[in-house]
Amino acid sequence: MAEVLVVVEAGVKKVTLELLTIARGLGSPSAVVFGEADAAKLAEYGAEKVYVASGDDVEGYLVAPKATVLASLVREKQPAAVLLASTQEGKEIAGRLAVKLDNGLLTDAVAVDADGTATQAIFAGSATVKSKVTRGLPIVTIRPNSVTPSTAPAAGAVEQLAVAVSEADKLAKVVERVAEKKGSRPELTEASVVVSGGRGVASADNFKLVEELADLLGGAVGASRAAVDSGFYPHQFQVGQTGKTVSPQLYVALGISGAIQHRAGMQTSKTIVAVNKDPEAPIFELADYGVVGDLFKVVPQAAEEIRKRK
Amino acid sequence: MNIVVLVKQVPDSGASRDLNASDFTVERASASNVINEMDEYAIEEALKIKEAHGGEVTILTMGPASATEAIRKALSMGPDKAVHVQDDALHGSCAVTTSKVLAVALGTLNADLVLCGSESTDGRVQVMPHMLAERLGIAALTGARKLTVDGNQLTAERQTDEGYEVVTAATPAIVSVWDTINEPRYPSFKGIMAAKKKPVQTLALADLGVAAGEVGTAGSTSQVLEFAARPERTAGQKVTDEGDGGTQLVAYLATEKFV
Repeated sequence: MAEVLVVVEAGVKKVTLELLTIARGLGSPSAVVFGEADAAKLAEYGAEKVYVASGDDVEGYLVAPKATVLASLVREKQPAAVLLASTQEGKEIAGRLAVKLDNGLLTDAVAVDADGTATQAIFAGSATVKSKVTRGLPIVTIRPNSVTPSTAPAAGAVEQLAVAVSEADKLAKVVERVAEKKGSRPELTEASVVVSGGRGVASADNFKLVEELADLLGGAVGASRAAVDSGFYPHQFQVGQTGKTVSPQLYVALGISGAIQHRAGMQTSKTIVAVNKDPEAPIFELADYGVVGDLFKVVPQAAEEIRKRK
Repeated sequence: MNIVVLVKQVPDSGASRDLNASDFTVERASASNVINEMDEYAIEEALKIKEAHGGEVTILTMGPASATEAIRKALSMGPDKAVHVQDDALHGSCAVTTSKVLAVALGTLNADLVLCGSESTDGRVQVMPHMLAERLGIAALTGARKLTVDGNQLTAERQTDEGYEVVTAATPAIVSVWDTINEPRYPSFKGIMAAKKKPVQTLALADLGVAAGEVGTAGSTSQVLEFAARPERTAGQKVTDEGDGGTQLVAYLATEKFV
């Protein structure tokens, strides 16, 4: 069975396990790790091989060296497909790889068939297309939360890759990486529950309410563009057109009117719940359950009720 | 500093959007077409750099004849001139072939710095800066929320899921920006009037020495096989809080097994 290369995001994210799960339908999964490898975890989810490329030549720069290493691996192994996460980095590596190999590329897939045909959600999740790469092998980036990862123990044989990158790959240097407080919450795009706050939350301090509900539900915190622009919450948590696209099992919108730009980032969520004081807010048009009311009364009461039930 | 800003005309993401039934390309004829919002931040950043360091700002657009509207809008903010790559054979180009054409066009413009938005609101593919950098052999700093220019040294701060990174490169380079980087200016009346007289050079594929068969639907590296509108979400249950809204909400979450 032909190899399917799965590019691993730093630290083996949940999306990596989803990629391995999808890769098993296309061939024999081989993980490609840049940096430190958790080979045991990758093997548990089906990686027969684990290729590792590490060192400052790979990790000290933006994506160009990774694409070079990946391109030479593709030329050597002739895999059936290359799968990456539809994150900024995943897409950027895929873009460079496609140019290097003069190969097609599909981004933001939510499913990939055995023949490499990808299903993509387009126009902010309002339409679905099926596409295929017509030149070269399928290079596909896949959105987090597209499938439920399942285990399928495999060998996970580790193989170190020789890293041979050119000076042209080392033009964009990372001089500093600053980790900001993250806490124990799941990552926004990977979380199965997302609780978001909007303009109605009214202040940065009040976002504690959003965080509290998120923590009680084991979810991530998101924010609408209005809330981010008002300085209530940092930009990396923005959900919508110019922020993150999320597709959790449960999306809770607090004080969010539901402008089309926000819906763009969350309308493929499985279940949507909204609290808003305006009964005419467009968010109610897509909410499975809506509460018209003051979120400063409804949310604390809901939090209390969840505590009681625990 | 010679700065080129990539500008794309896109269907308004706030209005209804569709694909052509015949070839599954973006429906532009009936759409409300606008300048890609994120590109306005790139234009603003270019103008600020020009104001601080001198130089020239050129808009580069690939698109059909109607993209002229987006070019004039871009010019009304203050850039000096524009180049419009326009050829019927470009219709249906994928990202890979688009990057091929833009790279050739950029090659004629001798830019020190290429600026663009981090993504377009129609495709949201986010690969163009790195595809162009790969083809041109220059650096790509993507997703900048802050950009500093010091001689030929560029320093950008970029958001990551973990926090942020500081990245550096020397010019020539391409930098993509997020909407957190600045607040784009509104075109003034004077700017709008001036934009009508600014030079817009139109380049066809023949001018760039690119064969028609290498681009468009013919040269595309991927193909859309089918297209379906997703069923619209419908409103579910809506209750008005009369003192027990929070409790009712949790009762609903419990029936759905979230608590």
